[in-house]
Amino acid sequence: MERYYQKEIECASRDQIRAWQDERLVRQVHNVWDNVPYYRKKMEEKGLTPADVKGVDDLHKLPFVSKDDLREAYPYGLVARPLRDCVRIQSTSGTTGKRVVAFYTQHDIDLWEDCCARAIVAAGGTNEDVCQVSYGYGLFTGGPGLNGGSHKVGCLTIPASSGNTERQIMFIRDLSATILCCTPSYAAYLGETMKEMGLTPDQIPLKAGIFGAEAWSEEMRQDIQRTLGIKAYDIYGLTELSGPGVAFECSAQTGMHINEDHFIAEIIDPNTGEVLPEGSKGELVFTSITKEAFPLLRYRTRDICVLRHEDCPCGRTHVKMSKPMGRSDDMLIVKGVNVFPSQIETVLLGQSFAPNYQIIVDRVNNTDTMEVLVEMTPEMFSDQLSQVAEKEKQVVAALKAMLGIYAKVRLVAPKSIQRSEGKAVRVIDKRKI
Amino acid sequence: MIIQQISVFLENRAGQLAEITSILAGAGINMRALHIAETADYGVLRMIVDKPQRTAALLLEHGFILSMTPVLAVVVPDEPGALGKILTLLARENIDVEYVYSVFGRVQGQACMIFRVADLDRLAALLKDNGMPPALHGELGIQDEQK
Repeated sequence: MERYYQKEIECASRDQIRAWQDERLVRQVHNVWDNVPYYRKKMEEKGLTPADVKGVDDLHKLPFVSKDDLREAYPYGLVARPLRDCVRIQSTSGTTGKRVVAFYTQHDIDLWEDCCARAIVAAGGTNEDVCQVSYGYGLFTGGPGLNGGSHKVGCLTIPASSGNTERQIMFIRDLSATILCCTPSYAAYLGETMKEMGLTPDQIPLKAGIFGAEAWSEEMRQDIQRTLGIKAYDIYGLTELSGPGVAFECSAQTGMHINEDHFIAEIIDPNTGEVLPEGSKGELVFTSITKEAFPLLRYRTRDICVLRHEDCPCGRTHVKMSKPMGRSDDMLIVKGVNVFPSQIETVLLGQSFAPNYQIIVDRVNNTDTMEVLVEMTPEMFSDQLSQVAEKEKQVVAALKAMLGIYAKVRLVAPKSIQRSEGKAVRVIDKRKI
Repeated sequence: MIIQQISVFLENRAGQLAEITSILAGAGINMRALHIAETADYGVLRMIVDKPQRTAALLLEHGFILSMTPVLAVVVPDEPGALGKILTLLARENIDVEYVYSVFGRVQGQACMIFRVADLDRLAALLKDNGMPPALHGELGIQDEQK
């Protein structure tokens, strides 16, 4: 039977959700107009006053906010509450340029932790569970967010943080952890390590995993589920909006329910900014309608995905977003073609390679080159070079079919690609240097 | 009579081979034959050692990818035309040689070559019928590790 953390919200009627959104959006627009000069100026430039926004239908009138705005307003320019009312900051991992700092009141932290609790319960978590949080703790939102959510659910929480793989495995086994929260690449690494230790999935007490903070493919999900003997759930979030828990997967595992009582989602054409109809692929834009300290209106996430309203078998009514193809920040443009690391991952796992790879992009004689380093696996190895070469050719052909461009494949020794305890380093772009 | 060759995946970078030889040296393992096949980016090291099981276990422990490949050691008289005679025999029987390489030392006072073909039993029978039985483990200095 499906379980919910806040059933009356998670399964509310569409009319009810819409009523919450209309009311909260109007309040939030007044809030930023009154308290954030940066926003007031942006609205004035468009000739808008709070009276122009009467509900969600008027959302499209508001200006977008981008990461550039956040950098420009750094550190206090977008804060809507006096600092004496703020209790916490968190910061982005800084994978793309300057760090962004987000502020929270106690109310903001509460709502954020509720969102994470919804994700944990959707993954089957109860107060009988032992939840190991192996996301980094500190400025990164992964650890603190899931830690708070786990407390709210009443799980026995192991704040393992990231790193020290041996100790992670020791705790999972000795304390019989049943839920694991970390990045998907680290989950894959933990699985690989336990397999090497001779542990079979039925000897690993884990039953579910909540994995996010980086793009991962459906194939990688299958791979993790197999090695760890668990159900692997996706979770989505951005520090700018709160952290993990903006959206989460339910038992259906076919997309993530966006917590629409806190966030209004739109899909836009990333080039024109035009709002696209439901089911279109485009850039995801969020408006946080309940945040006090750091409200963002129409924040451009740079994530490319699809939104769908559908009757979900889990009973939740909130809109579902597809797995993002990756942040457009992760997107590479090679020979003019858009390439997402997740596409390469899909191909490699489809060809029975492990999800350990690295993409090296370079420019030789004014032409882009792409090389994919893949670790050799015992299954793929053959004493005969012609057979290894044949495998290599198959991967090259599959990559060409997926990406439309040629990528050289280089088979490397096992374990030679550095493992990550947080976000994996998938791309080395030498063109920028 | 069938001998286990150890085939190891080698990434084409400095120090890979040195790592393997120092692991073997540390365990007092002696190589009897060695051959490397390579492409631009990677290669396969094929070797006959005196302690194949121990070698495989050690290399696996160090994270290498390897397989055990059955091969035959064929004693070849150390004189002009001897290898040609054997190869002609194989050609006549339509046996395709995947690869062949030589053993370091002498066996039965003669030269000795490692042969890899798809059907080793057939090759062994053919050689025996023609008065050239393949070399035995002991003759190559391969130890019986069961003891």
